[in-house]
Amino acid sequence: MKNLAILLTALVGLSFSFVGGGYEVGDTATDFQLKNIDGEMVSLSDFEDAKGFIVTFTCNHCPYAVMYEDRLIELHKTYAPKGYPVIAINPNDPAVQPEDSYEKMKVRASEKEFPFVYLFDEGQKIYPQYGATRTPHVFLLDAERTVMYIGAIDDSPRDVSAVSEKYLENAIMAIESGKNPEPSFTKAVGCSIKTKA
Amino acid sequence: MRLFILSVIFSLSSLTAFPQSWTLKDVDIYRSFDDFEHILDTQNDTTYLVNFWATWCAPCVKELPHFEDIQKLSKGKKLKVVLVSLDFERQFESRLIPFLNKNKIASDVVVLLDKKESTWIDKVDPEWSGAIPITLVYKGEKRNFYEKSFHSTDELKSILKPYLNI
Repeated sequence: MKNLAILLTALVGLSFSFVGGGYEVGDTATDFQLKNIDGEMVSLSDFEDAKGFIVTFTCNHCPYAVMYEDRLIELHKTYAPKGYPVIAINPNDPAVQPEDSYEKMKVRASEKEFPFVYLFDEGQKIYPQYGATRTPHVFLLDAERTVMYIGAIDDSPRDVSAVSEKYLENAIMAIESGKNPEPSFTKAVGCSIKTKA
Repeated sequence: MRLFILSVIFSLSSLTAFPQSWTLKDVDIYRSFDDFEHILDTQNDTTYLVNFWATWCAPCVKELPHFEDIQKLSKGKKLKVVLVSLDFERQFESRLIPFLNKNKIASDVVVLLDKKESTWIDKVDPEWSGAIPITLVYKGEKRNFYEKSFHSTDELKSILKPYLNI
């Protein structure tokens, strides 16, 4: 029995570390079916003409996420017509962070008039597959859902006027001209994704 | 030389004697990571417990009392607790300082204000995803990094035990 317990622990540990790894650039990202703030279920495959997707794990409560709201709106307005819509996903467990409930998502989206879909990762099934660890955390996918870029939107979360590297926009432009984004992976400070310990 | 030692003793004592009431002057503010980096790499026989947090980060605020417990236990030991705040500059006086006073924080508090996060995250630790809270323990070249929340003082003690008796 004890051996079984050890084996189970080992297996669980293994699966956690596997999930914890998430995607690397070059992997094919999973599609999903998640509830949008309008009540409709949304999948990436619904965007038939998309040349790619700006999948962004974000939320209501995190100040870093809030600081990027206006930049995400601008990104969507600029790049959705070119085939790259922002797909915002709230990965947090509202039981841990009540500000990130589905109802509160609707309120925030309407206050800010989000032009993009804002999906709820109910049951927290999707973010671990992507390997998102914080909000905001961006995964840029191409039309085949190949992960092209992972990381930050730009290099200055706290001060938009101090931005010198627009990582995400540069990555989109690289894809558009048939090149691989450089860098294809960056980090940024943000809030940890809220989950029951 | 004696003067030098004296000044070191004085500066150490001024660091450990926390202010009765926090003001902005009691918090070292680092605008560039280069100036801050020595906090993560002070080479002597003291063990440093360094926590990155912010008043707006709920899990960070929740675990702070455990760091304060360790701070109380550090008296007479070669152990130092440093809290590195990532609060926003416009909220220093409205939020950070009132928080420190309200919670009677006795650990050292510094603020890291370098806005180019993507350039310094890896320098803190290559394993760091960028989410807070995080905790580092180090003494000399020995070092451990934790991207997680601590739920008890005992849990913090257990990561300090390889470094000193606590």
